Amino acid sequence: MYKLGDSIPTRNAYGDTLVELGRKNDQIVVFEADIGKSTRSAIFGKEFPERYFNIGVAEQNEMAIAAGAASCGKIVFVSTYAVFASMRACEQVRTFVAYPHVNVKICVSHGGITPANDGVTHQATEDLGIMRTIPGMTVIMPADAVSTRELVIAATQWDGPIYLRLTRDGVPVIYNEETSFKIGKGILLREGKDITIIAIGDMVSKALDARDILSKQGILAEVIDMHTIKPLDESIILDSVRKTGGVVTVEDHQVECGLGSAVSEFLGENYPIPIQRIGLRNTFAESGEYELLLKKYKMSVDDIISGCFKVVGRKKKKR
Amino acid sequence: MVDTINKNLVSFLEEKATELRINILKMIHAAQSGHPGGALSAAEIITTLYCHEMRINLDNQRDPDRDRFILSKGHACPVLYSVLAMKGFFPIEELATLRKINSRLQGHPDMKKTPGVDFTTGSLGNGLSIGIGMALMGKLDKKDFRVYVMLGCGELDEGIVWEAFMAGTKFKLDNLVVIIDYNKLQLDGDNDEVMPLEPIVDKLEAFNWNVIRTNGHDFNQIIKAFAKARETHNKPTVIVADTIKGKGVSFMENKVDWHGLAPDDEQLKIALEEIRGS
Repeated sequence: MYKLGDSIPTRNAYGDTLVELGRKNDQIVVFEADIGKSTRSAIFGKEFPERYFNIGVAEQNEMAIAAGAASCGKIVFVSTYAVFASMRACEQVRTFVAYPHVNVKICVSHGGITPANDGVTHQATEDLGIMRTIPGMTVIMPADAVSTRELVIAATQWDGPIYLRLTRDGVPVIYNEETSFKIGKGILLREGKDITIIAIGDMVSKALDARDILSKQGILAEVIDMHTIKPLDESIILDSVRKTGGVVTVEDHQVECGLGSAVSEFLGENYPIPIQRIGLRNTFAESGEYELLLKKYKMSVDDIISGCFKVVGRKKKKR
Repeated sequence: MVDTINKNLVSFLEEKATELRINILKMIHAAQSGHPGGALSAAEIITTLYCHEMRINLDNQRDPDRDRFILSKGHACPVLYSVLAMKGFFPIEELATLRKINSRLQGHPDMKKTPGVDFTTGSLGNGLSIGIGMALMGKLDKKDFRVYVMLGCGELDEGIVWEAFMAGTKFKLDNLVVIIDYNKLQLDGDNDEVMPLEPIVDKLEAFNWNVIRTNGHDFNQIIKAFAKARETHNKPTVIVADTIKGKGVSFMENKVDWHGLAPDDEQLKIALEEIRGS
């Protein structure tokens, strides 16, 4: 369905998968906040108008309505942008979705700086952290279209709330359709011995690019796709760092509270080793082309590479 | 339309409302914490819902076909807990555990802890949206259950309430009834002082709801209002119920200080005497 290397926004895969699921399961309902054409939930709405509810530009209302619908036994998908679901409707998510642990799957487009030229108002760079601190919440960002499809399907079988973040812009397909995905289980994409790169979402393909360049420079990096940051796959981290002794985390998010924090917290308590976090550092981004933003805000392939060199250097000092 | 309401029914409901008020005061006294004012103002409406209007199923408490009630003004939960205990969802004695550690009776309603609570509430303004979600699913599944949401007047300050009023109209939810417990007081003072709501009926009519104004302490009027709501098709109903905060206890009535204050031993004694006497 999706070809390796093709650049596909993961929101597209979300819309396609919703329709696929809708055909198999009539208990799936979808709520949208007037951006269905953009989040791609409209594809579902076209085929299943009776199960598709457009609540208008009112994300708090959308989230609380979804919670009520879920209490009637439905599998409820909520579509909007990541900034609005995680911040405008944050309290509805926390108190009426997470606290009663209802089956609401919050699938949101425009994660990180992927709505690049839209600017800061539409770039969600704090959402993973906000969602990760909510008890019982499951927090996911798939790396490509294939894993999006698999993880959205898995979400329908998962008991309780999920926050699943998508990209506006295209990201390369890195998985073939044989790969199997489990919520809460990271994927070991490349084996290595010198350093572990743990990445999430749109940054996974950047981590792979960085690995290719590093290998030519004599550093063999292990690459993990940590598509679920909560619950965190601790065993895949431990297995890898026992071998490599150093970590670079890469996320399209503030370095606080997201993937870098989750990994640091775990390793700090269990297996302290040198670590470097790649992500936004106490700054908002701005409008601009995605690749240029990554460069300006030090989240590019080059930054991942220099992060790896830093950690490798610190490992040596430690010895 | 119900023209004549059985006198026996009204006196039965009056008795039940008195029982509710007694339990409300006792439990808040036992907890030395809680919100008597807005619980007392809702006593007749809640009694009518649970003892006359709503279809509940004690044998199958989560019956998918049951009517739902959402207490959006969650702080008034002593009135809800009292009626649920009275109906037999849990033992009456448990009311004394209100707000205490390990209790099933949380400071605000919790659907995961308290039998009979249809949805968790307490953060104001959200109950109507939740009710819309339920009513929508009722329509989708062609079920005939009804959804009742009680809003406080103070929480009408919240923007999400008006988002929800719009949505109720859009989806033509004639299986949804909102009751506004219009006691005209909120934590910091009069509605008029904090954030004026009037003309409330005009506003709701402008949102194209079926609006019924009623005396929220008069069983005849409350019963009729619910009956009228059942006869209304293609639009949801909102009952604006004029009530008195702290109703039934002279020193609590219309006193904003009793929004969130527990009576001491002496005050409880006087209050119970007044309620039993009336």
